[in-house]
Amino acid sequence: MNIPDSLKYTKTHEWARIEGDVLVMGITDHAQHELTDIVYVDDFPDIGSRVQKGRTVAVIESVKAVAEVFAVVSGELLAINAALEDSPELLNKEPYDAWIAKIKISNLEEIEDLLSPDAYKKELTA
Amino acid sequence: MIETIFDKGKAGRNATSFPSDAATSGTGLGIPAELLRGDQDGLDIPDVPEVEIVRHYVELSRKNYGIDNGIYPLGSCTMKYNPKVHESIASMPGFCQVHPLQALQSAASSQGILRVLHEMASILASLTGMSAFTLQPAAGAHGEFTGLLAVKRAMMQKGLEKEKNKIIVPDTSHGTNPASAAACNFEVIEIESDEYGLVDVEALKKALAPGDVAGIMLTNPNTLGLFEERILEITGLVHEAGGLCYYDGANLNGLCGLCRPGDMGFDVVHVNLHKTFATPHGGGGPGAGPVGAKEGLEEFLPGPRISMEHGEYGIAMPEGDWPGSIKAFHGNIGVILRAYCYVKALGVEGLRKSTRCAVLNANYLKAQLKGTMRVPYEKRCYHEFVGSDEGFPNGVTTDDIAKRMLDLGVHSPTIYFPLVVHGALMIEPTETESRSRLDGLLSVMKRIRAEAENDPATVKKAPVTTPVKRLDQVRAARSPVLTVSALRDMDEKRG
Ligand SMILES: Cc1ncc(COP(=O)(O)O)c(C=O)c1O
Repeated sequence: MNIPDSLKYTKTHEWARIEGDVLVMGITDHAQHELTDIVYVDDFPDIGSRVQKGRTVAVIESVKAVAEVFAVVSGELLAINAALEDSPELLNKEPYDAWIAKIKISNLEEIEDLLSPDAYKKELTA
Repeated sequence: MIETIFDKGKAGRNATSFPSDAATSGTGLGIPAELLRGDQDGLDIPDVPEVEIVRHYVELSRKNYGIDNGIYPLGSCTMKYNPKVHESIASMPGFCQVHPLQALQSAASSQGILRVLHEMASILASLTGMSAFTLQPAAGAHGEFTGLLAVKRAMMQKGLEKEKNKIIVPDTSHGTNPASAAACNFEVIEIESDEYGLVDVEALKKALAPGDVAGIMLTNPNTLGLFEERILEITGLVHEAGGLCYYDGANLNGLCGLCRPGDMGFDVVHVNLHKTFATPHGGGGPGAGPVGAKEGLEEFLPGPRISMEHGEYGIAMPEGDWPGSIKAFHGNIGVILRAYCYVKALGVEGLRKSTRCAVLNANYLKAQLKGTMRVPYEKRCYHEFVGSDEGFPNGVTTDDIAKRMLDLGVHSPTIYFPLVVHGALMIEPTETESRSRLDGLLSVMKRIRAEAENDPATVKKAPVTTPVKRLDQVRAARSPVLTVSALRDMDEKRG
């Protein structure tokens, strides 16, 4: 399972990359593998709206299941990846390139809660 | 190429002969001329002789697989046999040719069907421990919506609808539960199950703590086929927090006749008649999902309902502005009638016995599958249980197993639900099946396990013996082709 060293993770299988006060997030390789072929990504909140840590920022539908993607931090939703609308399979092919949402972080302390690559690895083998 | 009944029609093939003047004047059929269509072309009905019509539909039916073909262990859906005598009763003119509101004109002319409906409502009330039932909702999900509207109304009556706007569902719940709650404008809180697959009471307490919960939705036995042993504590906690308890009756067949949701503390229930009470699921419907409520909540159930005064049944139209009707007239009465026949034929003792046999069958399969498939929750199950593809060799998944089962002549179980089990295979044999049918299913499962070990390619390319082979599931989901003309367009493009 691919778990890049440069990223942070959540127990609910999101990855996060921090770029200044902006957080870029997506789903992990493990998550896409478990979901199998992804056919839709939708139900995003409006751009510019406030999202809350742990609340839904997207809904992913695969041939097997429907799963929610949770905001990794609270803040303003800056962007969603428009490419996913036509090509949701990018989440399967390149889970760490196919970001889902960009959030302007409102409380930098929330980042402390994220898992390191090692901690996430442990989470997966637990 | 698919040949539709329209393709098979050719002018002049029709084997029906009308009296010579009938087609032109209508008088031969006793149809007044002014009621005949003016245009000469008439309706676009395929011109096919009777024998070809019969062959066409028999051929289509042979492409299908149903409970009349063999075992259909589709977990949570309860695909039990639908006795044929129900069909003859349901087609009696006294039942199928009455107008739903006939009784408003002349009560005496439809006492039979009104009596069936009235009695069925009270039978359901006594089987579930509720005080009243509406028969209107057309399915389980529709019942959930109806029942949650009653919960919402109860909160409104106390002026609490803003304060109490959340519904709790466990992570094993059926997708319709959170969907119905959302449709009723509740916020959904999902709580994790404990290590035994049951409601985690500590997690429940935490979810209730803020005091904003309007209710909980549970099915018991739950979707893992396990009895919620702490159910009284659970419903007690929800009541203490000012919430109501909703019982999803999809699994009522796991305890029907043995115990009652009302006695477990549930306030509102729906019953899927097409599951527990052996009515056809037939191509997605119609079904029936009557909703019952305890005293104090009855008034929030939709109508019309059937009244009984001075020995005569009548129709009581809903009063006030809430919630009015949720479906036309009295619901899918043909389904309710079949369910009534089922209850009357079995009696309470018979219902109890079928529940026990359903539980016995599921436990037999579960025990016999040891060594073939992992069953993560080991406790004794009720009417169903959930296996997993964990430990299947060579990357064979639940999807492959389910498709290979079709090749080997049985229907697959429900798959990938509930989500708490890896690659879930939810198996519900129902009481319908004999020991030898169950053994047949077991030998299919054992064979697939052996194939997964020695010949995984066969499992991964299944099904190959069915009318439709392995589908491209991604394309089927993203660009579904649902009509014959769309299919032809696609074939043409492909060349
Ligand atoms: C546990 C559970 N709840 C609710 C439903 C919804 O019932 P229906 O299909 O009658 O709408 C189902 C249906 O399979 C179910 O299994």
